[in-house]
Amino acid sequence: MESTASECESFYHEKGKYKGILSWLMSTDHKRIGIQYLVALLTFFSVGVMLGLLIRLSLIAPGTFIGQETYNRVFSVHGIIMIFLFIIPGVPVAFGNFFLPIMIGARDVAFPRLNRFTWWTYLAGATLVALSLFAAGGAPDTGWTFYAPYSIRAKANITLAVTGVFVLGFSSILTGINFVTTIHRLRAPGMTWFKLPLFVWTLYATGWVQLLATPVLAITLVFIILGRVFGVGFFDPSKGGDPILYEHLFWTYSHPAVYIMVLPAMGIISEVIPVFARKKIFGYKAVALSAIGIASVGYFVWGHHMFTSGMSDTARIIFSFITFLVAVPSGIKIFNWVSTLYKGSIVGSAPIYFALTFIFLFSIGGLTGLIIGSLEPNLQLHGTYFIVAHFHYVMFGGAGFAILTALHYWFPKMFGRMYPERPAKIGWFILFIGFNVLYFSMFILGYEGMPRRYFDYPARYFPLHLVSTIGSWILAAGLAIIAGNLLRALFKGPKAPADPWGGRTLEWTIPSPPPAENFVETPVIRD
Amino acid sequence: MILGPSNVAGKIETSFLIITAACVVLLVAVTITMLVFIYKYNRRRNPVPEDIEENLPLEVAWTVLPTLLVLGMFYFGWVDFDYIRNPPKDAMPIDVIARQWSWTFKYQDGRQTDTLRVPVGRPVKLVMTSEDVIHSLFIPAYRIKEDCVPGLKTHLWFNADQTGTFDIFCTEYCGLEHSHMRAKLIAMPATDFAAWYKTKEEAEGTNKGLELLRTKGCLGCHTTDGTRKVGPTFKGLYGSNVTVVTNGKERTTAANEDYIERSVRNPGADVVKGYPNIMPKIPVTDEELKEILEYLETLK
Repeated sequence: MESTASECESFYHEKGKYKGILSWLMSTDHKRIGIQYLVALLTFFSVGVMLGLLIRLSLIAPGTFIGQETYNRVFSVHGIIMIFLFIIPGVPVAFGNFFLPIMIGARDVAFPRLNRFTWWTYLAGATLVALSLFAAGGAPDTGWTFYAPYSIRAKANITLAVTGVFVLGFSSILTGINFVTTIHRLRAPGMTWFKLPLFVWTLYATGWVQLLATPVLAITLVFIILGRVFGVGFFDPSKGGDPILYEHLFWTYSHPAVYIMVLPAMGIISEVIPVFARKKIFGYKAVALSAIGIASVGYFVWGHHMFTSGMSDTARIIFSFITFLVAVPSGIKIFNWVSTLYKGSIVGSAPIYFALTFIFLFSIGGLTGLIIGSLEPNLQLHGTYFIVAHFHYVMFGGAGFAILTALHYWFPKMFGRMYPERPAKIGWFILFIGFNVLYFSMFILGYEGMPRRYFDYPARYFPLHLVSTIGSWILAAGLAIIAGNLLRALFKGPKAPADPWGGRTLEWTIPSPPPAENFVETPVIRD
Repeated sequence: MILGPSNVAGKIETSFLIITAACVVLLVAVTITMLVFIYKYNRRRNPVPEDIEENLPLEVAWTVLPTLLVLGMFYFGWVDFDYIRNPPKDAMPIDVIARQWSWTFKYQDGRQTDTLRVPVGRPVKLVMTSEDVIHSLFIPAYRIKEDCVPGLKTHLWFNADQTGTFDIFCTEYCGLEHSHMRAKLIAMPATDFAAWYKTKEEAEGTNKGLELLRTKGCLGCHTTDGTRKVGPTFKGLYGSNVTVVTNGKERTTAANEDYIERSVRNPGADVVKGYPNIMPKIPVTDEELKEILEYLETLK
């Protein structure tokens, strides 16, 4: 095979019929699409962080900065943006799009044009959600869960926001279809299932969850819209409907959605730890199969969100039992990651700082999940700050830190530049301190009975609220340093070599940034 | 055995502490192992890595042991659950009606209050429902909660072991005033409770109109002392001139009996300027309305 110069040019180099911004917006290159998703995600994440800071600010002096109505809208929009626009699409659309084809030795995903369409669908959904914030009725004030019958009666722009989330759901389903097909059909010669990088395994499991669970959300949201627009009473007891049905349908999707957020995050950690420990992962098959285990059992635990909903006690006991079982494969992954460090030769670069922090924070998130998954403690802790703390440890400490890990690990490959290590580590340290001050105090608040989604509260909770808010400022400082460091490196960083870390997966065998079609010659995988 | 202010509080606390202790042990074990490995197998101390890919017995061990451990945790979460969820047959029933944004407690003889009074030493069963959206009744001191769902009757039960006044919070987000949807639980000695239960409304020294405003939940949004809440205050309302929005148009009207009746029967018709149009229609009989009007007249 001959290789001409143009074939080696990076994917940033414009070719084809579109120029400038259109060469991005109309591109079907999985890497260009991945970069666009990343930009969108980080933008929404920044907005979500601002709203989160505003919530914390309001809580140290209720009524001083924002009113009650605004507060309710702010925490709702914070949730909607962080969940539906940032963390659910999150890892798959940004890093999955960019790296999945490269890691399996393919030139693109199975359906590049569908991938393009998926991005437009995502943008359309995001636009609808954004419109709901500014249109006449006012931003949603239902919380991100849209519980009926409140969401049917509320006067804010629920219909618009819910339609937006519905459209975002399609984007998610299409991503799932695309990735599952890509992994089945486009693996390079010799890339057998048990040679797949673990990140690909988790994307595979995630793809199936997106494919099978998201339609349930779509149906549920259509019911909400029908209820609001045409007065159909699926969830309205005065018309023979059932509010608890909504909760069942919502969590049938939204619990598996937790695995959409967390599985690919685990995949990133499974890639990064072996590279910096200079070892192969300990128990490859166990880690790969536990992803499938989590994805399968994860469908059957949604009821633990409803232990105090009025659901039958028998159902509660069964859901609690299955919840404990789903903890086991997550535990296995943690043991395997830690064992990978054993007799390794650990290089202390920035990505592994974030990856090991993920293990610590995700362990806290997972273990507190067992506490609230227990029948008796749940009676106390459900609907309190304990829950808020728990899911921020899982979502932010888990998925969020995995995204930060991925950003620092793949930055040289995606942008062809290196960033300085020192500011990254300083930012990491401040973020870690701020994170724990912010969210650990919420565990104590919740144990003491502080309910979530409260604008105002009895004075005895004030000291811990103050601690938590100070934590939010420290956390914001850490994030700012990390972001500033990477942004500066984007323009001023030195050129990155093809393999700055000593990685073993295929993306490190091609130049940084990769050429337009990834591989000059299709790689053949041998042992 | 941990005791609490009620029969269930100690049991739930015990279960919480056992499960949390197990979690802390696991977290400490994983974290210390990780830190030791990071220290020992640092590049400087251990420049050459050893590839160890698999160890079947070890992997079987850390699959089976955690499975047993989590099943143990499940058991400790479950052991008293049936007791906590199933009230004894002789429990005193009290109906709980939740609405945006107030609580009404209804005793067997039809008596209604906004404060939950219970006798110490006697099992109490709360039979709960909601008139509008989902709420949740949470008694932090007793460590129990349950949702109040429209169209459904849910329940909680407890036996107060100590006297005292405890918070009741709404813990299911229910709209604007969610964080102010709070009430008090007063656990009283049985004799005091019996005395209180026997006295009828009149003996409480309160006005019948005020009592109605309280039990209908009006005071969740309107005050009688002039302070502004979600809705305008009742103080000085009667006979004053109010600026309202009717069908999108502003107008000024006198707050007479007709106006107040219309505002109760059809809250969305005239909305006082500067306030949200969120008041629900609350069923009020003609006699009740009369009592309320009489009371409002006194609030100059």
